[in-house]
Amino acid sequence: MLRDITLGQYYQTDSVIHRLDPRVKLVATFVFIISLFLVDNFIGYLIAAAFLACMVKISKVPFRFMVKGMKSIVFLLLVAVVFNLFLTPGEPLISVWKLTVTKEGLRLAAMMAVRLVFLIIGSSLMTLTTTPNNLTDGMEKLMSPLKRLHVPVHEVAMMMSIALRFIPILLEETDKIMKAQIARGADFESGNLIKKAKSLVPLLVPLFISAFRRANDLAMAMEARCYRGGEHRTKMKPLIYHRRDRYAYAVLLGYAVVSVYFGRIFTL
Amino acid sequence: MAIILDHVSHIYEAGTAMEAAALKDVSLMIPDGQFIGLIGHTGSGKSTLVQHLNGLMKPTSGHIYYNGADIHEEDFNKKELRSKVGLVFQYPEHQLFEIDVFSDVCFGPKNMGLDEKEIQLRAYAALKQVGLEDDYFYQSPFDLSGGQKRRAAIAGVLAMKPEVLILDEPTAGLDPKGRDEILDQIAALREETGITVVLVSHSMDDVAKYVDRIVVMNQGSVLYDDEPRKVFRYYKELEEVGLAAPQVTYIMQALKEKGFPVEADILTIEEARDEILRALRHKGIAP
Amino acid sequence: MGIIETKKLIFEYIRRDEEGNVEGITRAIDEVDLDIKQGDFVAILGHNGSGKSTLAKHLNAILYPTEGTVWVDGKDTAKEEYLWEIRQNAGMVFQNPDNQIIGQVVEEDVGFGPENMGVPTKEIWERVEESLKAVGMYQYRKHSPNKLSGGQKQRVSIAGVIAMHPKCIILDEPTAMLDPNGRKEVVRAVRALNHAEGITVVLITHYMEEIIHADKAIVMDQGHIAMQGSPKEIFSKVEKLKELRLDVPQVTLLAYELKKRGVALPDGILTKEELIEALSGISHIPWGKAKE
Repeated sequence: MLRDITLGQYYQTDSVIHRLDPRVKLVATFVFIISLFLVDNFIGYLIAAAFLACMVKISKVPFRFMVKGMKSIVFLLLVAVVFNLFLTPGEPLISVWKLTVTKEGLRLAAMMAVRLVFLIIGSSLMTLTTTPNNLTDGMEKLMSPLKRLHVPVHEVAMMMSIALRFIPILLEETDKIMKAQIARGADFESGNLIKKAKSLVPLLVPLFISAFRRANDLAMAMEARCYRGGEHRTKMKPLIYHRRDRYAYAVLLGYAVVSVYFGRIFTL
Repeated sequence: MAIILDHVSHIYEAGTAMEAAALKDVSLMIPDGQFIGLIGHTGSGKSTLVQHLNGLMKPTSGHIYYNGADIHEEDFNKKELRSKVGLVFQYPEHQLFEIDVFSDVCFGPKNMGLDEKEIQLRAYAALKQVGLEDDYFYQSPFDLSGGQKRRAAIAGVLAMKPEVLILDEPTAGLDPKGRDEILDQIAALREETGITVVLVSHSMDDVAKYVDRIVVMNQGSVLYDDEPRKVFRYYKELEEVGLAAPQVTYIMQALKEKGFPVEADILTIEEARDEILRALRHKGIAP
Repeated sequence: MGIIETKKLIFEYIRRDEEGNVEGITRAIDEVDLDIKQGDFVAILGHNGSGKSTLAKHLNAILYPTEGTVWVDGKDTAKEEYLWEIRQNAGMVFQNPDNQIIGQVVEEDVGFGPENMGVPTKEIWERVEESLKAVGMYQYRKHSPNKLSGGQKQRVSIAGVIAMHPKCIILDEPTAMLDPNGRKEVVRAVRALNHAEGITVVLITHYMEEIIHADKAIVMDQGHIAMQGSPKEIFSKVEKLKELRLDVPQVTLLAYELKKRGVALPDGILTKEELIEALSGISHIPWGKAKE
């Protein structure tokens, strides 16, 4: 049931993209997303598509695997498209009942769809090629200047990586408790919203109790292994930039310039 | 009146690279009133199998019949099935959620749509059956000890008055005395009510003492299905699949190999003792 | 002085009702004196709620005594300044394999302890490698812990503790949630550590067959030490153990039952070989020849 979510789950294989420093991938994803919202013509999207296609190819993650994961967000995509399609004022094209599709609406909806799809592929490419731990390490390092402003960067990163480790465990547990309650005649499906919400109590109470118990156990285990926050801590896998990372930054800069130049400033 | 599994297979993620068969062509009959031990190591398919018995999981092929009716037919009442085939999961205390023990045990009968009086009667009877004392009824289930929580959770299933009771490793994590108490209680319950019991375990020592029949699972298939004594004759084969016969079987086997005139298909310590005494008397050594 | 020593250790906690009023005081540990020597394999037994886990948590400075003192490698656990040294010297493995693995990759989890201690990167890698090899999990170093069996997870946890180079490890019911094969794996790994590396082991369990090889067994009941001695001495008192809600190994039980019926067997038989030898001994006739 709940285990079908594959969107952005790490895909184990060996590629240049997998080996890149997570900071590069974080920055690249950020730059790519910004570029998507800056460009506003066909060529811009074409460049973005080409760039993305290259990256997907290099990453060695099967495209099918990515698309499979996207099934879960089709609904979100549809909502965004429909809203843009019908709610944009402008020159009417077709009119059915009270709904009117405008030329501007069509354009906006298409753009929105392309942006969203690219955005999702782009960011899932990052999570597909980076282990969650690596990702949190990258974030921790990128955000480390914030430590001076007393932002608990290390703690937040640790929390994130623990959360990531426990998500599959808690999903499995949810599944188990649900089945156990169904075996006792619980019904999670029928009834109106209030009844449904009420029926979740036998699921949520045990789940919370279990989560707290696990949190308590884990805190104890961490303390027993001398954990005392980020101070005095060394890293087993410290982040070091290699030559490939510098090349990657150069490629990224190239993309940013080309994309903004052709996609925004230069118009045919 | 029985549960029948007819060529049941269950394949996870069929059609993908992750495809894995959890059950492979399992055919079984569980007649009324039997006490069955379902044995297998972790991942042998025994937990998947029991979830098929009350319709929580659906076979990818094959049929399951309860009292002659296919449980995956359109008009089959699954909710009723679940009250008739009570399933107690591993670590059942993790499903407790109510403010007190009594209300928690009422959850099952309440879902069956019974009237208030009947619900309470059943809950009370179930708590008595598992041997939980009245003092605990209105305590929070989370304040009980491990063994008591386990009992309360089992009562939660018994309160639905199932005809078949399936227990998935009911003694996991309990201390030796707690383990014996729970198993004795289940045996007594069966004696009293004649309920069908399926006991899932990976310990032969635990089940040998109690059950009429042992079903051994390995890699999703039924490896042996017979009386305990007969199953344990295959102790060498059992070892190969990561299981073991009860320790007494090994002791007797070793004695026999050393030339002691004893029979080796022994299930309990008491039987072993009597057999050795018999052999010693025969030699004129024992008192 | 041993590696772990306690003197008149008492631990009490206050029970409160829902409003937070004091309902009473429970004495979880009652005047326990322990003296564990470097290199020993000590088993602590007891039924659930006998205080054995509470005792274990004192040996790693997770809990502090209400009265009395605990010394780990000569250092008083109640003294703040020794805290990290004590936790490094007395590593701890807990019951639930899922709730003590922090890393998402086996090797990263094993590296967690050394990272916290500030060990240099290069040395962390060496320690991770040697620890994983010591528990036979090296080939799984790149795996996700979620995909491992219970026994494997516990071995990873043990490796995570060894990587901190402790003088002793305390295992708090490490096998309670495992299947028989997992239990064997873990016990084998623990015994190997004790033997090969000379690490002091304190194993808390209620499975009797796990303590047969211990140098010393301690049985807890209601917070105090009810019995102590070699496994043989402990197992020779079948009635007493049953009173304490514990078992004896099946062989021992069989020997005990035979003895009760007048067969002249020695006390505390632990293995089937011992039983066979004893039975042959009393007959004075080679059984093989006696066969008709």
